[in-house]
Amino acid sequence: MTRLAQRLLGPVTLLSLAVTAWLGLWVTPPDRVQGDLARLVYVHPALAWVALYLSFGTATIASVLYLWPRTRSVTADRVAVSAMEVSLVFILLTLATGSIWGRPTWGVWWAWDARLTSTAILGVLALGYLALRRANDDPEARARRSAVFAILSAINVPIIHFSVVWWKTLHQGATVFTSTRSLKIHGIMAWTLLISFVAFTLAYGWLVRARYRLEVARAGREAALLAEAIARRAAEVVR
Amino acid sequence: MIRVAGRVARKDLLIEWRSRVLLWQVVPFGAMALLLAGLALGPTRAGSSGAGPGLYYLVMVLVTLLAAQRSAQVERGAGTRASVATLGLDPAGVFLGKALALCVELWAIGLVLGAGTVLFLHTALRAALVASPSIAATLAALAAAGTLYGALTTGDGSAATLLPVLALPGFSPLLIAGERSFSAAAAGGATGSWWVITLVALVVYLAAGVVLYGVLEDA
Repeated sequence: MTRLAQRLLGPVTLLSLAVTAWLGLWVTPPDRVQGDLARLVYVHPALAWVALYLSFGTATIASVLYLWPRTRSVTADRVAVSAMEVSLVFILLTLATGSIWGRPTWGVWWAWDARLTSTAILGVLALGYLALRRANDDPEARARRSAVFAILSAINVPIIHFSVVWWKTLHQGATVFTSTRSLKIHGIMAWTLLISFVAFTLAYGWLVRARYRLEVARAGREAALLAEAIARRAAEVVR
Repeated sequence: MIRVAGRVARKDLLIEWRSRVLLWQVVPFGAMALLLAGLALGPTRAGSSGAGPGLYYLVMVLVTLLAAQRSAQVERGAGTRASVATLGLDPAGVFLGKALALCVELWAIGLVLGAGTVLFLHTALRAALVASPSIAATLAALAAAGTLYGALTTGDGSAATLLPVLALPGFSPLLIAGERSFSAAAAGGATGSWWVITLVALVVYLAAGVVLYGVLEDA
């Protein structure tokens, strides 16, 4: 990514989120059946796309790249942890927005629905991944174990995706496309939905980049502290 | 690989046979958990609501955690990992052996707790017998998954306590598929689709273990 693109990522992300909010709240009309509640469609599916597919997918691919001897690098490990942390935030936001929609529609904040439950399980898996990283002090062991766990956890993503097909669920099936791949949503509503996907994808890129830089800084600080401790010990021995 | 698997399984089962940890700690825990689950539901619901299959699998999942932790603990002994590395044992064989030993242990415990489910939770004996192949397959998948997750938490002491957090979400599809299969057998219905989930999970965990166990041993 060029320096200019890196500098522009933040402002463009904020602008696209603002455009999504403006279109979603003021420009698009209320739904004929659900009224203003349907405006959550400009937030919830985009959050789920980032949480389940983009972030978790990135973390899984980075983990595979780390374990593959030819592509092993500390960068892959750092990308994996950055993407997983962002994934956890987006999973929680997905569940929260889903609950806000579920309360007036289904009458409950939470239902024992296959899609909801499997998404919550994915959140616990992401938490487990972060806990596993904290439990291992050795960087090599930490990276390997968390990479294996990320790959095992990714099995849950297709389960979430197909849960609305495999089980009878409260959660609706495919919302944007019909079974014949034609659009179910039209006009300004379709454009707003598309812009929301772009906005949240940009937000994901921005957050992962920031988290990656934090990981690099943390590793640098750990190395500096280690060097300082070794130097202090060496000075004590000489004395 | 098969020879290594056989030897590792024999070693783990011998350790279990001599230490009797399974008999004196894990089985009583499972029986107690089953009784407590019945108490929590109350006498009417525990006996008549068809909760038996669900409670059976819930307790078996908890028992799997204990048994998997115990199986991983065996590898944590001083010098064990160094010995395995020095002998140049095929990691895939070690994984399969440990999974096989854990599977045999879970089958034994599953048999005892299955009898408890029939006795205390009034699940029909015929249903338990009809469901027994699916129970055996589900417990085999739990053993493969448990061995893999156990290896993830081998090493540092603090990592060992993470096993429930890491393994329980992974066990959940097996718990659902196993319970539905058992319940369908109790109701006299078809169990085919749930069998597929169990078998796919078994194959996935076995394949993942064969490929990734060596990575975890090196870590």
